[in-house]
Amino acid sequence: MNKPNPRAHAPRLRIGIDVGGTNTDAVVLREQDPTSTSQNTMTAADVLARTKVATSADITSGVTQALRGVLADPTTPERAGAHPHQVARVMIGTTHATNAVLQRNGLRRVAVLRIGAPASTAIRPMFGWPPDLCAQVDAGSAIVRGGVELDGSAAAAFDTEAVSRFCATVAERAEAIAVCGVFSPAAPDQERHAAEVIRRELGDIPVSMSHELGSLGLLERENTTILNAALGGVATHLIDAIRAGLDSHDLGHAIPYFAQNDGTLLSLEETRRAPVLTIGSGPANSLRGAAMLTGEPNALVVDVGGTSADVGALTQTFPRESAFGVEVGGVATNFRMPDLVSIAIGGGTVVRFRDEGPPTVGPDSVGYRLAEEALVFGGATPTLSDAAVAAGRGEFGDRSLLPGHLSLSAALEHADAEIADAIDRIKSSGTDLPLIAVGGGSVLVPDTVPGTTGVLRPAHHDVANAIGAAIGTVSGNVDRIVEVGQGGASRTRLIDDAREAAVAAAVRAGADPSVVEVVEIDEIPLSYLREPAVRLRVKAAGPLAGTND
Amino acid sequence: MNRTSHTTTDGADNAPVTLDAETLVDYARGAAILGAGGGGATRVGLLAALQAIETHGPVDVISVDQVPEESLVLPAAGLGSPDITQEKIGNPEQGRWLREMMEQETGRTAHAFMATEVGGSNALLPVVWAALTGLPLVDADGMGRAFPEAQMVSMHLADIPATPSAVVDERGHRFMLRDMDAYWLERSARALAVACGGFVCTVDHPMTGHELRTGAIAGSVTRAVEIGRAVSAATTEQSATGTEPASGQSATEQGRLGAVLRHLSGHLLITGKVTDIERRTVDGFVRGHLTVDGLGADQGRRVGVAIQNENLVVTENERTLACVPDIITVLDTQTSEVIFTELLRYGQRVSLLAVPAPDIWRTPRGLEVAGPRAFGFDLDYQPVDELLAEAHR
Repeated sequence: MNKPNPRAHAPRLRIGIDVGGTNTDAVVLREQDPTSTSQNTMTAADVLARTKVATSADITSGVTQALRGVLADPTTPERAGAHPHQVARVMIGTTHATNAVLQRNGLRRVAVLRIGAPASTAIRPMFGWPPDLCAQVDAGSAIVRGGVELDGSAAAAFDTEAVSRFCATVAERAEAIAVCGVFSPAAPDQERHAAEVIRRELGDIPVSMSHELGSLGLLERENTTILNAALGGVATHLIDAIRAGLDSHDLGHAIPYFAQNDGTLLSLEETRRAPVLTIGSGPANSLRGAAMLTGEPNALVVDVGGTSADVGALTQTFPRESAFGVEVGGVATNFRMPDLVSIAIGGGTVVRFRDEGPPTVGPDSVGYRLAEEALVFGGATPTLSDAAVAAGRGEFGDRSLLPGHLSLSAALEHADAEIADAIDRIKSSGTDLPLIAVGGGSVLVPDTVPGTTGVLRPAHHDVANAIGAAIGTVSGNVDRIVEVGQGGASRTRLIDDAREAAVAAAVRAGADPSVVEVVEIDEIPLSYLREPAVRLRVKAAGPLAGTND
Repeated sequence: MNRTSHTTTDGADNAPVTLDAETLVDYARGAAILGAGGGGATRVGLLAALQAIETHGPVDVISVDQVPEESLVLPAAGLGSPDITQEKIGNPEQGRWLREMMEQETGRTAHAFMATEVGGSNALLPVVWAALTGLPLVDADGMGRAFPEAQMVSMHLADIPATPSAVVDERGHRFMLRDMDAYWLERSARALAVACGGFVCTVDHPMTGHELRTGAIAGSVTRAVEIGRAVSAATTEQSATGTEPASGQSATEQGRLGAVLRHLSGHLLITGKVTDIERRTVDGFVRGHLTVDGLGADQGRRVGVAIQNENLVVTENERTLACVPDIITVLDTQTSEVIFTELLRYGQRVSLLAVPAPDIWRTPRGLEVAGPRAFGFDLDYQPVDELLAEAHR
């Protein structure tokens, strides 16, 4: 091939890809100019190319098509950014893991080892799981003696003999093993020891350890670990497909990363080990993308799609996380997803007129058939997009196709009220914040929304999620219970310890040590304990090391 | 307002229920509401109870009158931090050990388990133990709600001795506490919980059938089931109606929930939004203050709730609307799920409920142990029904 030579000071590029349920978006971003002295902040001006294609059933062809769109974008044919050799990294956000769990597709059979007798025997592993998922995944389980107390001291002697016996009973059926120890986030040694015994007994079977995946809450962490073990095959397939897609575009040298549900990145190796962490990356990416496109670190974000709108909040460019764990495919996990209020308001939401009273709005949507079904496109179904065109908020389709007698404005008023209500719910204080409107359906959002200082509509808002993936940082998390004793000094020291541990974890994950910072501290007092104790959750994050060179 | 609060659920004439998988879900929901914001989340306890009845069969609930005069009843509970039980989810054998210890100590055969505290997670643990040991559960408890301390039980008011009391940890370490009053029992058992890793299981205030009839709050289990069932029904009905506009929704929710509450002699204090929540730990208790601003029909109102593990006092414009021992609970307005104190945060859409305390707490002796002054408030107790009647005057 006839490749141009890299020019001096040519910017390095990165590609962000978001594989959604309907569309796959891709963008090319310019990384920080090495000659610049300013901080490592990319802005909307650094978006050099973008595309939106339909998501394909086959991963490779969808990614290939998206890459073709950004590497050979006809609107930017001569830009230096479009050449594969300048692309250093490719960040991918995908719903594959989520779909595999929801559709019970391609999951491995998992044997579960809980280290927690006698303290944690009242509920067996996978009790209460949906029967169809259990039937696919369950390859047997055992609860062996062991586990630790919240301060890390041994709760019971760890019974490694029982681990060997467990291996013998599940050797035939299990394709992967999940190991979960009581209070293992406080002291992971027993889980590591168990993994060694399992590898000795069963060879190189994949082992997922709970302390690498989840926070406190035994059952939720165990469930997360089981899902992770079950997703091992899906991850391998995904990684191979991405590799093949990159290779076919001369991007074999680019380093791929996967986005996780807190808006930060996993390396390929981490993705192989912890694919479950990619579940739910989509909403986090669109929030992060909204922050980047507007330069607003603290704001509210509404992402309007065809079927629904998600409203979330940004704190220091990161999504505020929910206080509750979420269910995935009917299984309780302790993922901390972005705190979202979802409403059935989207571009394709169906408007129905009644003999009396205002029209009803949704909750159903014409979805991807909007371009055929909506009135402005010559279809027969009144939608909120038609209402937006009628009100002059959007200019697409053929406005003259809208019948004058329909009171579409009443439908839009309803949508406005729902959006305002969702925004009011997501706010974390009485202070008004800017509202960033992103997503293909964001024309629905009015220019003034109560409780906000104004509505921002950034360029490239409809590919905010791919941009969010592309600008992903890396993070380290700490979640521990500490006894704070008497006096404030020790409490301060314990918090400092947790901060240092989170920063160290972020640096281990690849963050640039010079700019990594603590972005979130959560301190939750434990109740009914006479010795005061608090649960500390600390997140540190920073850009990937080497981004600036 | 209706002051004959518990006639539909109290005591003997009430048909006992069987706790099967379906009833347990309602029971857990009702127990969460009776937790008054505390008592620990019921999710783990519910799963343990569901597995226990799947393994051993449903648990029979018997009325207090079905217990023979001289038979032994075991009031049982977990003691310590519910947060610990998110990791140490429990060992069902603890129920067997508690039974053995009490039978040995008293020389009598146990007739039934009883929940010491029907509010929060402690409602579910005795179900697990009853299932495992094959004993029934008495339709009664010692609080009718959740309270933070061991002496805040009806048995204490009835002068039933607190000990002998059996304490076990999950390893099978057994402690028998003898010859102490409820206050010393509270101190000692709490210290044992800390020594054992934050959580122990106990039987205290053991009773005969005779003592049970005056010492316990009858009908607590069926009451929790009824509350849970009523709220579930209201929620199902609500979600079946679908897509009403956001503004109109709170009015209908208010109406349905209000109807349910009237049936249970409860009151909806306000429907609104959390506009402030502060929490801090003082002497092992989570203290705090919640502010709710009214929405819909309650627009323009502002109500405050003082918290100390449980929700204790509700005020509006310095006027008291409800106070402990009446049961004050915060529900998510949309899902009708209980929001426990530690999960409250700004922006939540909430409905604040007050349910009258069992009559025994409204006596001078009851108020001395668990009235507003027992929690450090300079406030005389008034029943929520009277307070609201005054407020509306």
